[in-house]
Amino acid sequence: MASAPPASVDATSGAGDCATAQPPRPNVPRNEVPFETARGWLREMMLIREFELRCMQAYQDKKIGGFCHVYIGQEAVAVGCVAAAEQRDPIVTAYRDHGHALARGMDPRFCMAEMFGRIGGCAKGKGGSMHMFDRANNLFGGHGIVGAQIPLGVGLAFGTKYEDEVINGGKSSRVTLAFLGDGALNQGSVHEAMNLAGLFDLPVIIICENNGYSMGTSIVRGTTMGHDISAKAAAYGMEGIAIDGMDVLETYWAMRDVVERVRSTSRPVFVDMRCYRYKGHSMSDPRKYRTREEEEAYERDDPIGRLKAHLDSRGLTEDDFKSIQREVRATVRAAVEWSDQSPVPPMSDLYRDVYLERWGPYTGSSAPEMLGGGENEPSFKAIRPVEGEGELL
Amino acid sequence: MREIEFRDAVREAMSEEMRRDTRVMLLGEEVAQYNGAYKVSRGMLDEFGPRRVIDTPISESGFAGMAIGAAMLGLRPIVEFMSWSFSLVAADPILNNAPKMLYMSGGQYGCPVVFRGNDGAGGQLGSTHSWAVEGLYSNVPGLKMVIPSNPADAKGLMKTAIRDDDPVFFLESERLLSLKGEVPEAEYLIPFGQARIARTGRDCTIVSFGRPVLFCLEAADALAREGIDCEVLDMRTIRPLDAAAIVRSVRRTGACVVVDQSWSFGSPGSEVAALVHRECFDDLDNHVHRVHSADVPAPYAYDLEQEYLPNTRRICEAVRACLYKA
Repeated sequence: MASAPPASVDATSGAGDCATAQPPRPNVPRNEVPFETARGWLREMMLIREFELRCMQAYQDKKIGGFCHVYIGQEAVAVGCVAAAEQRDPIVTAYRDHGHALARGMDPRFCMAEMFGRIGGCAKGKGGSMHMFDRANNLFGGHGIVGAQIPLGVGLAFGTKYEDEVINGGKSSRVTLAFLGDGALNQGSVHEAMNLAGLFDLPVIIICENNGYSMGTSIVRGTTMGHDISAKAAAYGMEGIAIDGMDVLETYWAMRDVVERVRSTSRPVFVDMRCYRYKGHSMSDPRKYRTREEEEAYERDDPIGRLKAHLDSRGLTEDDFKSIQREVRATVRAAVEWSDQSPVPPMSDLYRDVYLERWGPYTGSSAPEMLGGGENEPSFKAIRPVEGEGELL
Repeated sequence: MREIEFRDAVREAMSEEMRRDTRVMLLGEEVAQYNGAYKVSRGMLDEFGPRRVIDTPISESGFAGMAIGAAMLGLRPIVEFMSWSFSLVAADPILNNAPKMLYMSGGQYGCPVVFRGNDGAGGQLGSTHSWAVEGLYSNVPGLKMVIPSNPADAKGLMKTAIRDDDPVFFLESERLLSLKGEVPEAEYLIPFGQARIARTGRDCTIVSFGRPVLFCLEAADALAREGIDCEVLDMRTIRPLDAAAIVRSVRRTGACVVVDQSWSFGSPGSEVAALVHRECFDDLDNHVHRVHSADVPAPYAYDLEQEYLPNTRRICEAVRACLYKA
């Protein structure tokens, strides 16, 4: 059930006040995560951070264009949530999506090359930083319009349940993870989608990565009940909980519990995932809306530092830590070098993947061209289980 | 041949495809228990049950987006908008997600969804409920747009739409739902991008889409009495557009009038005019004449609304002017 709001709500409190109010830590069996698993998470989080740092550098070097939103500070959320789910569980997220892609298993080379606008990118350079898609890993995209991915996530949950129950006659078995930022909480489409999820009993976990800021607007300045957004879930007949997203072990245990519950009950859950982004909203953000003291306080409570301290207590050696550091640096350096080498997309790709079927894109240049041609072979064929066509009139 | 109503033809197409493929389902406001606000889905709940004929709340943005997510996963949803006018609050999912998903995912995720509903003015519904969305939405690459003018086409095109792997915008007309017409009982599909010659003629080509095709045929009858022989092309689909059919006809007649119920500025009608001027420049005896809805919000008053529409009188005037017979 949603936690009750405190007796007094100070809607005038300053930036970051809400984000600093961390939920009480659940009593989780931290040591039950095998050492090697936890070490793997440390490596993934360090990989994401190193990757994002190199992204920022590449952006400064003008190798990456457009908008670029880095995930530094929030690594525990993607790593913990992905670890708590199964690979067959669909994931959809917003535009701060590199962390989810890497945590889900996307090759860092494909992720980096996408931002470089190269043919080696996960979307062949057509999507960019905000649109990481990985069909092999059941990642249904980064999406650019704030909140727009939540109806899609609810649709993915509708789809898995329909496939499992209506088509295959079994029981709903997959859980969709749909991520959004706290800024998206005030989009109408999010509320419409939450209503549908609650109404139709859809197996979706709506994970609000609450980093306290909707671009430059602190949560209390833009959102009612900003101190306890999970309370909003009650209005949609779903459970709402808060999780400390700065701690990967707690994120994992709490999310594993949620995932199991949603898988067995096919009821949606809303998660207030408390976290913090160390960098700006995007690359052009000077962060004048918050204090350096606030940022430093979070950086002292760093999710990578927390996990390292935990692993130190379980015998992680400094040599081993340094070897992880060396390895992720080499991996990301290699991704940058590979992306530099990857060719730019051929100009013919401008007209590719507009339509799946034989109709080419409309170039407006001549009549026959509008009726398409063989040049536009689709890269992906939609599922067509029934053979045979009717008569063409 | 048997005659059935337009709404029955659409329902037959949906039901046949749902029997054929369990990945197809219908969702929208009042489609199930209410039997459809316009009775297009009457009886479908009884046949297919509530898992496949799904009543949604009034949340166009939410359920359109939900259908797109399901389509990305591989289902083939049909989404009924009670009116295309209500799709405007779902502009982001239907314009920003559905037609772009394939492209921006580098070909990884398609979006085989059909959006369908009533389009166009003529029912005295006032400005906000009288949208002809073909002008707005046909601007967007990645979607297909279907606009049938009769029951037989509605059925064959709907079946093609459901089997199509791309997002299809299927524009029906509330004014046509009770229109009866001959519809074969045997299964058939009508391919996209293939115009129908609704009437042959040698003096002037009239190009039209959807309900206004009927006005064009009325106008052609009236003009025939004046000795003007019109060819009427029912385009059936706006994207893809059967440009070749238009060009073939205009090269023969040497005159072209476009009749389009959307507003004139940046519309299918203006696109056809540009196409004809480019492809048939030397064949034309006059510039392409265009008849659109008046460039004003749709009025409520009956007489004003009739004058607003691309009606028979205005079509006749345009043809005469085009042929220097005004």
